[in-house]
Amino acid sequence: MTTANTASPYLSLQHVVKRYAPGAAAAVDGVSLDVAEGEFFALLGPSGCGKTTLLRLLAGFEQPEEGRILIDGTDMAGVPPYARPVNMMFQSYALFPHMTAAQNVGFGLRQDGVPRREIASRVAAMLDLVKLGRLAERKPHQLSGGERQRVALARALVKEPKLLLLDEPLAALDRKLREETRFELVQIQRRVGITFLMVTHDQEEAMSMASRMAVMSRGRIVQLGTPEVVYESPANRFVADFIGAVNLLTGRVAGADGSRLLIESAETGGRFAVDHAALAPGSEVTVALRPEKLRLDGAGPNRLDGCLRAIAYRGEASTYEIELATGKTLRATLSNTARGRAPHAVGETVALSWEPASGVVLTS
Amino acid sequence: MSDALRRRAVLALPYLWLLLFFLVPFLIVLKISLSESAVGVPPYTPLVQHGEGGWSLHASLDNYRFLLGDKLYIVAYLNALKFAAVSTIFCLLLGYPMAYGIVRAPRRARGLLLLLVILPFWTSFLIRVYAWIGLLKGNGLFNNFLLALGLIHEPLPLLNNAFSVYLGIVYSYLPFMVLPLFAALERLDLTLLEAAADLGCRPWQAFLRVTLPLSLPGIAAGSLLVFIPAVGEFVIPDLLGGPDTLMIGKVLWDDFFTNRDWPIASSVAIAMLVLLLIPMGLVRRLLQGESA
Repeated sequence: MTTANTASPYLSLQHVVKRYAPGAAAAVDGVSLDVAEGEFFALLGPSGCGKTTLLRLLAGFEQPEEGRILIDGTDMAGVPPYARPVNMMFQSYALFPHMTAAQNVGFGLRQDGVPRREIASRVAAMLDLVKLGRLAERKPHQLSGGERQRVALARALVKEPKLLLLDEPLAALDRKLREETRFELVQIQRRVGITFLMVTHDQEEAMSMASRMAVMSRGRIVQLGTPEVVYESPANRFVADFIGAVNLLTGRVAGADGSRLLIESAETGGRFAVDHAALAPGSEVTVALRPEKLRLDGAGPNRLDGCLRAIAYRGEASTYEIELATGKTLRATLSNTARGRAPHAVGETVALSWEPASGVVLTS
Repeated sequence: MSDALRRRAVLALPYLWLLLFFLVPFLIVLKISLSESAVGVPPYTPLVQHGEGGWSLHASLDNYRFLLGDKLYIVAYLNALKFAAVSTIFCLLLGYPMAYGIVRAPRRARGLLLLLVILPFWTSFLIRVYAWIGLLKGNGLFNNFLLALGLIHEPLPLLNNAFSVYLGIVYSYLPFMVLPLFAALERLDLTLLEAAADLGCRPWQAFLRVTLPLSLPGIAAGSLLVFIPAVGEFVIPDLLGGPDTLMIGKVLWDDFFTNRDWPIASSVAIAMLVLLLIPMGLVRRLLQGESA
């Protein structure tokens, strides 16, 4: 596991454990994590993996049983939510229904005793930042879902916290708006320079927005790194399977050739090569192959023939489902670079191929 | 019958009910209040008379003038307002923590606690008020208990004064405050309190800035449900009150049944109704301003 390479991490979690009931399984099970100042960090995992609990521990709504949480060098143990230099954007937005958008945004500043005039100017500036200036006097029920989301963001940002927590910030938006908002959130984060920590179950969201991410499963961090590293070099089967689509081929090491392994697989009915450091012959391995790394032109050292069973056309790309002679089904995704008819038809025999560098050997 | 017609028929039922059992009696009372007292059956003069010069209308506002001229009525009315208002405040101060506690109680306990609030309704209101006499009187349960403990040497004057009337009203009307408050507080999204804490509110500040304003509709509904019937309350001041706890409901009762002066009693009833519209209108405007 790698950690941020800064000298003194801005946010530091040290072996944090949280159980909701004594003796129950830990919701957060020994998580250690460092986040640098100004990062856009994503916690990614399926529901129930402990990512939301981790967020609530940071906000102060829950207290850890073990471990320490340090924000900018200050231990947060025993610090109540209202005294933490942290603000949160709630999944449900939790806007105060009896206040206008401007009053919602100004709520925290008023609480801190900021002078009226300063509140007004900071609220106005923040509403402009999220492009809501003209709706300042509306109440939450008069706003659309996207507008409410912006009010929630502005309300959390206006106090200029050291750390902004975002709980599934885009989950309540419809698809089109969600994609637009992704870029906007990243832009806003760059502009304000506040450290963002986002929780999401949507891997595309995490990858497209975060500078670094942690994949969680059963209360633990299973992989930490940039989206590229996590996607291209998954640490284990769980990560490979959870992030993006993947073909998993099981087999055993039959031999080595320099930095290349030969894998004997009953699923492919033969041997194929994959780039990896030497492993003891006979070891059981799983090789992960991303669908977009497969080609249908038969060129390359690894080649398999199969029957094209189905095509899922998605516009910019199509996913082809190919059944091998052994009965194993592989998926290949090819972008539709040429306009016009599909290059292959269902029922056709096609030659699958891939580079040895494309496979990832997983041992756990 | 078409759907629209059927729908109209369904809507007509409650209107018909209100017309028959509210508006018509109201108009009868209004009519009586404009007539004069007379010896006979019914004990008031007819509004429209057939005399030598044909039909003539005999309506006068004399009864209302009489009400304004007699200090007794004004004092009794103001007294009733005072008793009702103070009792409403006590009900709110007692009922709010109760409702809050029930909402925050574990789910299983909630039903039981609500049942306890409603339980007194299973006994007749009149009997429950009578029971207080037994508890409060000079040689009643409380006084005997305190005397036996040696805490007091003479019975405390607990009955037939303002104290016993307040106690009776607060006791009787508390459930009407607790239930709407419970409904309002139960709808409150707890995430809002977390959001308030996250934005810098201590728990009591979050209560003042979020919980309290959002429970305002419940406070208003509960206050009206206590205040309005308490103003016209007759049984409690009659049974638990004394000479200095004259309330308008009691005066109305006496005019009607003791003095058999129906026109005056009717004008008291109409005046009370009209004056009660003021607080109701105020609360209505307050709530509309809140939701706008």
